[in-house]
Amino acid sequence: MIGILDYGMGNLSSIAKVIEYLGVKYRFINSEDIFADCSHLIIPGVGAYEKAINNIASTNYIKHIHDFATSGKPLLGICLGMQLLSDRGFEPKECNGLGLIQGDVVLMNFDGMRIPHVGWNGIEIINNHPILEDVKPSADFYFVHSYYFKPTNKNCIVAQTNYGTNFPSIICNTKKNIVGIQFHPEKSQKQGLKIMDNFVKMTPC
Amino acid sequence: MLKKRLIPVLLLRNGRMVKGVQFDNYRDTGDPIYASRVYNSQYVDELIIIDIDATNENRKTNRFVLSEVSKECFMPLTIGGGINSTNDIRELLLIGADKVVINTAAYSHPELILDAANTFGSQCIVVGIDIALENGKYTLYKNSGKIKCDISLQDHIMNMEKLGAGEFFINNISEDGKMQGYDTELIKYIQKITNIPIIACGGAGNFMHLVDVFKKTNVSALAMASIFHFGDNNPIRARAHLKNYNIQIKNV
Repeated sequence: MIGILDYGMGNLSSIAKVIEYLGVKYRFINSEDIFADCSHLIIPGVGAYEKAINNIASTNYIKHIHDFATSGKPLLGICLGMQLLSDRGFEPKECNGLGLIQGDVVLMNFDGMRIPHVGWNGIEIINNHPILEDVKPSADFYFVHSYYFKPTNKNCIVAQTNYGTNFPSIICNTKKNIVGIQFHPEKSQKQGLKIMDNFVKMTPC
Repeated sequence: MLKKRLIPVLLLRNGRMVKGVQFDNYRDTGDPIYASRVYNSQYVDELIIIDIDATNENRKTNRFVLSEVSKECFMPLTIGGGINSTNDIRELLLIGADKVVINTAAYSHPELILDAANTFGSQCIVVGIDIALENGKYTLYKNSGKIKCDISLQDHIMNMEKLGAGEFFINNISEDGKMQGYDTELIKYIQKITNIPIIACGGAGNFMHLVDVFKKTNVSALAMASIFHFGDNNPIRARAHLKNYNIQIKNV
């Protein structure tokens, strides 16, 4: 069963609708006891980093998320959810993230490009990952964000995207069970749905 | 690289889709849920759905259409009409909206934009501005084009950007529904005074109008309605046409 983290911020219904469309069972995780029932965990996210991490901390979820990550079960962070996987965020001021993939989340200050980075953009695959199986590499995906993930070690980059400068659009941990996606696969139509389908089909690492 | 966007606009009146000319003489153009299904199958970039009577009838945005559309459309949905508070926004986001458009409320209580941006993030907050060209001057209107605003276009844009708007949805009342092309001068003017992405609407009649704007301006997205309602144009053909003119459009 897919667990979708409910911490008061995030487009839960959009993600739920996709999971439902794929014919897979899901639950919103709004209490600590639900984590144990889940085979997969999705951390959605729309909004600001600091508020998000504070919400997650206040509900005692951080320990459960860490346990889930260590167990090797598949964990997907989408947009702000991907950014929360980092060590630190700066929106609006410096604060600690989940620390599951090393790096910081900083403002996109790329050569005067307009922010937010909003619209359809492509990806360049750097390291393969099961999440991209049978996904058309020339496809565009829907981005909407003003901050980006700056990794400590570039080995975590699965795919990058260009907006003035290259930035990571898909990242993963060494064990490959934790995936972070900057764009919204649940809003990216056919190829996005394929990514979500690949995620629900991932097995523990 | 970031592609240009084409965004169909659906105007709602009594649960039906309507289209007018210069914000008047609205005609029924069909069932919005059915139309959204068709747009979804044509892989449109986004959809903008505006409840044009909510503000003037002093009621909340039509939720039913949004709810039904979000069940089958896996692309970004922007909804507007009568949004007055962060609670309104929260409810709409929970039903399935990805972004909201705020127009009239931004004049009476601009602090809503700041609150909304801080609560939901700037990327959720689109500020809609309806503009008419009168006596050589760009004049702002609220309440679905019924009430003139005193504030200048420049002041309003700069104010909204400072308060945290994520995008501007610029609606040209003078060109609306005439299908004679966009006002590129207006778009050029606005892109000089703001750094945030602009979605321009009003005037699209054929695909060369789209090419014209994308070649002459830096606009992030073009929104349109009449061109798809009246005639046999559709987003698939629009994309193919733009590709022929080397305009970077979404790869499906």
